Amino acid sequence: MSATQEPDAATTSAAAGAAKFAGSDSRKFNYFQPKGRRASHYEDMTVDVQPDPKRYLMQDWIISFADGQPAYNENWTAAKSTDWHQFRAVDQEWERTHYQRQSTIVGMIANVVENGRRSGAVTRFDPAWVRVLQNHLGAYKHAEFGLGMATMQAQRYGYTQMVNNAILTNSSYKLRFAQDLTLYLGEIAMDLENFDQDAGKQHWMDDPVWQGVRQSIETIGGCTDYLEQYFAVNVIFEPMVAELFRSGFVMRVAASQNDFMTPAVVSAAEGDYERNLANTVELFHMLVLDENHGAHNRALFNHWLEKHGALAQNAASQLQPIWSEPRVKIAQFTDAIEQQKNRMRAIGSEIGLDVRSILD
Amino acid sequence: MPDSLSLTKITGQKGMSIGEAARRVADLGWTPSYVQEAMTFPTDYKIKKVPRDPMKQVLRSYFPMQEEKDNRVYGALDAALRGDMFRNVQPRWVEWMKLFLAIIPFPEISAARSMAMVGRLAPGEELRTGFTMQMVDEFRHSTIQMNLKKWYMENYIDPAGFDITEAAFGKCYATTIGRQFAEGFVTGDAITAANVYLTVVAETAFTNTLFVAMPSEAARNGDYALPTVFLSVQSDESRHVGNGHSMLMSIIQDPDNHLLLERDLKYAFWQNHAIVDAAVGTLVEYGTTNRDKNKESYAELWHRWIYEDYYRTYMLPLEKYGVKIHHDDVNAAWDRIVKKNYIHKTAQFFSVGWPVAFWRQEAQTEKDFEWFEHKYPGWYAEFGNYWQWYAKLSKKGEKNILFNQDVGYVYPHRCWSCLVPCLIREDMCTGEVDGKLYTYCSTVCRWTHTTAFAAEYEGRATPAMGRFSGRREWEDCYHGWDLADAITDLGFVRSDGKTLVPQPHLHFDDSKMWTLDNVRGNTLGSPLRAIREMTPEAREKHIAEYRAGFTVNVPN
Ligand SMILES: [Fe+2]
Ligand SMILES: [Fe+2]
Ligand SMILES: [Zn+2]
Repeated sequence: MSATQEPDAATTSAAAGAAKFAGSDSRKFNYFQPKGRRASHYEDMTVDVQPDPKRYLMQDWIISFADGQPAYNENWTAAKSTDWHQFRAVDQEWERTHYQRQSTIVGMIANVVENGRRSGAVTRFDPAWVRVLQNHLGAYKHAEFGLGMATMQAQRYGYTQMVNNAILTNSSYKLRFAQDLTLYLGEIAMDLENFDQDAGKQHWMDDPVWQGVRQSIETIGGCTDYLEQYFAVNVIFEPMVAELFRSGFVMRVAASQNDFMTPAVVSAAEGDYERNLANTVELFHMLVLDENHGAHNRALFNHWLEKHGALAQNAASQLQPIWSEPRVKIAQFTDAIEQQKNRMRAIGSEIGLDVRSILD
Repeated sequence: MPDSLSLTKITGQKGMSIGEAARRVADLGWTPSYVQEAMTFPTDYKIKKVPRDPMKQVLRSYFPMQEEKDNRVYGALDAALRGDMFRNVQPRWVEWMKLFLAIIPFPEISAARSMAMVGRLAPGEELRTGFTMQMVDEFRHSTIQMNLKKWYMENYIDPAGFDITEAAFGKCYATTIGRQFAEGFVTGDAITAANVYLTVVAETAFTNTLFVAMPSEAARNGDYALPTVFLSVQSDESRHVGNGHSMLMSIIQDPDNHLLLERDLKYAFWQNHAIVDAAVGTLVEYGTTNRDKNKESYAELWHRWIYEDYYRTYMLPLEKYGVKIHHDDVNAAWDRIVKKNYIHKTAQFFSVGWPVAFWRQEAQTEKDFEWFEHKYPGWYAEFGNYWQWYAKLSKKGEKNILFNQDVGYVYPHRCWSCLVPCLIREDMCTGEVDGKLYTYCSTVCRWTHTTAFAAEYEGRATPAMGRFSGRREWEDCYHGWDLADAITDLGFVRSDGKTLVPQPHLHFDDSKMWTLDNVRGNTLGSPLRAIREMTPEAREKHIAEYRAGFTVNVPN
């Protein structure tokens, strides 16, 4: 109780429940409609933090760009929504869960690398495989970085806090993984003779095998529609190219080349993607089903599918020679591609999009 | 175990140095050749692609470090509850947190968004990596602050006001100032917004008052939670300050940028002063019950942090690059705080408007008066009568102070630029943009609107610069409304449908709490509409009277 005022006889504490009066039991954020029966902690941390003239922003946005565009604008994507505020991220991330998860992954990778290197595992990698890691995993890390930068850009534009924070954590995951790969390669290099850490970037820039991938990534980075970027990253590039390389190649092949470390490092990205994908599917499913704009959105997404799908398909097929580089060949490129096509179909059907045209 | 035989010594293997790791990570970027990145956020600055040496950090050390910080924060919140913090916390303080924590998560997340705007302009990949980490930091700040606010709502005696927080943020007469602050981070010229305004000025100078002065005052009021959260937030700022300085150094090398940089330093410093000192100054000086004469006043803190640390050791050295620093503005800001009572006038304005607030503001009393007079000599003569009126009129059933003609307070014009009202009456001025009349708190604020936020600056085209927009005068939104209807529309009514969320006292007792009926019958109006409708002669007279100030009558 304030020392400067006569305390009420009944009130000796400022703790909840110390007095009963109008509003004294109003202990929930009451300005939004929770998705479920009760608001989740994620919703409490997130909903309406980015304000909106359609909700409570009575004075409207008060600083604009030179051309009159406000601080946030629904038309920064060609997609339309009757109510952007409906979207909730499936992974429910706010800062604490994000740092816990990222930190756990960092610790997991550190353990794998430390134990592996201590036991001399790196020196037992098959020499042909070491070259694959050097040239191709080394090139691939730039693709992950490109996805991280594209989503960093995209998180500025969304119309709600929920959309933008989902894209922001996506960016954070991609950037961490690009760095994980970079530092992992740098560490195994210490246990290997003649491991060229600069080779990866050279392959990324010049090797014909990687040019389709680089073109795909640069096209995503060059998009001015933030949702097109988010769509191209998670609905197209990840399943058609990134998972193809991570799961369909590295994770499948590494063990037979005496390498149990790399799959552990790469597996983190598969877990990250499951979460990013769940968020993405939720958002695009909402837009496809939109009562007023569903047809418009479907046509738009089909257009994006064609544009980025063609690039991704081209990128994937150019990667084929990599499958024959390991000495022990246990995986077939065609099987891997088939698996990713199934993956695409599954994602398409969850969102409510027909993806056949870009797969055949 | 002897010191020399640590675990890392036993298991240790050669690792990468942080410098080498940062260098490798920085090499992840490349120059695109198929499709160029879209430059969607324009700037009128020229950026030299010369990497400065930014902070060296990689995410694999960043995430565990941040998680550890989080663990300490959440552990401290649990400990505060176990220690019954809320039994002893001062309600005067927690009430102001309803305002402060309604505002601050949006500026934080806006800082995250603005990293996209500088990310693509960064000279060099190491700096770009720094911006990516800052983006994740700001996401941390925004949500950790939301968490703190929810925690107050769940544990403090009066949750009303916390429960409507983000809705209140969009509508309140005071939060409008915070929105001006945050929107400045994400609109207009990308360098103006995300580098100069956000980082070079707000983060480098004013986060000290926000995140260091506030925690000290919180602790003095029995609140141990806020310091834990905000000192943890502040510990991320040194990296942001480093990022901003690297970017600044890459801009300042090119003399072509100096004109714009001078404009932006002037705008950013003055706006930060006008907004942050108004809000944080009030919270720290008026939201406290601690009247220890040995503690530093906000003015003393300002002198140390803004004048000595920032102006003298950060801004002045920029002159050696040939950039003109606006010494007069820094001195004028200081004068506004110590000679012109800027903070006291802001607190007075906030309190006059208590019925349209969403937190409680109690009267300052004798014990407070003594401290104010000690720290700000002359305070009592100017504000003593006012606060006695306030105490008297805080009783339910009195004519509320905003409309009580006996008091003598004159409701102020809004400054179209900083959105704080024109409280230093003698400095109030008007200006015209596109044939329309506007009011300003100061000539620098007028310059900001008429000259800085325009398509051209001193003969140079500035196509990227932002514009002021929207219904910037809050009072205009309720022009002609009955006060009770406005409060209902604001949503500042408690769950019984009649008791107000705001109260001019700290009585947690229905019989003493004001309801809609106690404020009905008073009509709100827009001072800007009024002054625009005047004839030139009437306006001139009105301005002269306004600038002459007012006298609060002796309470009867
Ligand atoms: Fe921050
Ligand atoms: Fe910051
Ligand atoms: Zn002003």
